Amino acid sequence: MAKKLMKGNEAIAEAAIQAGCRFFFGYPITPQNEIPEYMAKRMPQVGGCFVQAESEVSAINMVYGAAGAGARVMTSSSSPGISLKQEGISYAVGAELPMVVVNIVRGGPGLGSIQPAQSDYYQATRGGGHGDYRMLCYAPSSVQEAVDLMAKAFDAADEYRNPVMMLGDGMLGQIMEPVEMVSPREGALPEKTWAAGVPENKGRAVINSLFIDPIENERHNQLLEAKYQAMRERETLSESIGTQRAEVILVAYGTMARICERAARDAQKAIGAKVGLVRPVTVWPFPDDAIRQAAAQPSVKRVIAVEMSAGQMVDDVRIAVNGTKPVGFYGTTGGVVPTVQNILDHIQAALKEGN
Amino acid sequence: MAVVFKKSSMLTDLPTHYCPGCTHGIIHRLVAEVCEELNVGNKNIIGVAPVGCAVFAYNYFNCDMMEAAHGRAPAVATGIKRAHPDKIVFTYQGDGDLASIGAAEIVHAAARGEKITTIFVNNAIYGMTGGQMAPTSLVGQVTTTSPYGRQAESAGYPVKVSEMLSQLDGPAYIERVSVHSVPGIIAAKRAIKKAFAAQQEGKGFSLIEVLSTCPTNWGLTPKESLKWLEDNMIPQFPLGVYKEV
Repeated sequence: MAKKLMKGNEAIAEAAIQAGCRFFFGYPITPQNEIPEYMAKRMPQVGGCFVQAESEVSAINMVYGAAGAGARVMTSSSSPGISLKQEGISYAVGAELPMVVVNIVRGGPGLGSIQPAQSDYYQATRGGGHGDYRMLCYAPSSVQEAVDLMAKAFDAADEYRNPVMMLGDGMLGQIMEPVEMVSPREGALPEKTWAAGVPENKGRAVINSLFIDPIENERHNQLLEAKYQAMRERETLSESIGTQRAEVILVAYGTMARICERAARDAQKAIGAKVGLVRPVTVWPFPDDAIRQAAAQPSVKRVIAVEMSAGQMVDDVRIAVNGTKPVGFYGTTGGVVPTVQNILDHIQAALKEGN
Repeated sequence: MAVVFKKSSMLTDLPTHYCPGCTHGIIHRLVAEVCEELNVGNKNIIGVAPVGCAVFAYNYFNCDMMEAAHGRAPAVATGIKRAHPDKIVFTYQGDGDLASIGAAEIVHAAARGEKITTIFVNNAIYGMTGGQMAPTSLVGQVTTTSPYGRQAESAGYPVKVSEMLSQLDGPAYIERVSVHSVPGIIAAKRAIKKAFAAQQEGKGFSLIEVLSTCPTNWGLTPKESLKWLEDNMIPQFPLGVYKEV
């Protein structure tokens, strides 16, 4: 298929349609508005359904209803809106409902800014609402990768009966890049014998997250935990770039990973250091093994987490490295995007200071 | 022997958890009977339970059921109805769920003319959590969070849901009924039937507000509760049809 210049948000929306998503419920918030706008135009053309909800709270609950009724369904928002959706996401996890939630992250806290940020890492990877839960969370670093991951996200949501998050940022949502759009999904969507109102469910569907008996609730949580364990074993994705015999290992995801990739490539020439990059593609499950292995090399003096936040993913990097090597952090917040030079400067200073 | 009366097939065999004298049981029966009389079969009806006393409604209605987060039933029902436009979809909600935390959801489902039916049970108090002030509590009503009686100066006035929603263009049928008496129960069933019919005919959103008792949290006997409803709630919440398209 020929490449086409597309804006990140629109490409994500089109990829969802190609993946068989026919239901979208959302609410406007910058910098993700092109997703609901695109869906409003596109869904009627493919016999799908678009509803602009009265709030993010309602949007996620419409998604809950449609998901419980067996639909392939998604919503999208940006940070403050995702905070509002957390209630519904927690209920969806409890009721084991598949859905895709796109978060085009902006600066916070509060209204923050509308510029790219990665400060929603905690709520994306820790289960942002109440209760013990996790969500498979993809963090694409290009529009093409976002497009390629959409079908995977929907399929994984169905397979595990759990919400899946696509974690982007204002840069990924707004950037225009040449994209090869994925082909339409072939074959029927997975049967949902548990859903309400579908012919394949022969019994009485009860979509519910209430287990009034604590023993039953714990049993349910153990069942959820078994799914998370399966995700840890089967769904963890990362990319390692130039990590062999590197002095410094950078760890970065999303937009930040692209900037770090360039910094790593330029480092030898610019600051005389061999720098590699481990890029988590899933931020949950976190690629502990890839980071541990890269850091374990005798050549590695330091691991540096680079984020557009005050330091959130760095916690996971420290857990992965587990004290075997010093772990540093460089980050910008509030919607400020670091430059390649900023990162090179930080690496140089960190190497000079030693440990 | 001829069967002259039996429990609706739209109710499961589980005993309900409702307190003695509570009228939720009556309202459940009316909704179940109407659903059965629609003659579409229980596989074509999907209900949404609220958070509140009726939280376990998913155990009692013998059709596909979803349990919603507090106040979100109309949004959940919207998602269901859009996925299954050919199914009958209803929400069953109390006054805290619908008129307080879920005020936005019900207003916008009504404004969109969402083709769902809402059974709104108004007993002027939070039952499940132990008798706190509701958005529909009467001025002067003593509850655990209005121990000196609801003070209009600080806690405002009861929300009149049927009146409020009838101002919108989306609703097709809105009526307020009461189940404190036999004629009231008969009228309530008729109203619920009209509401479901409006949905079946694709006319738009429908809501039946049912005035209901809460002897436990009102601190009255079941019999006194029926009288209290009639004497205090009906003057505040007049019965009647508020919208009919």
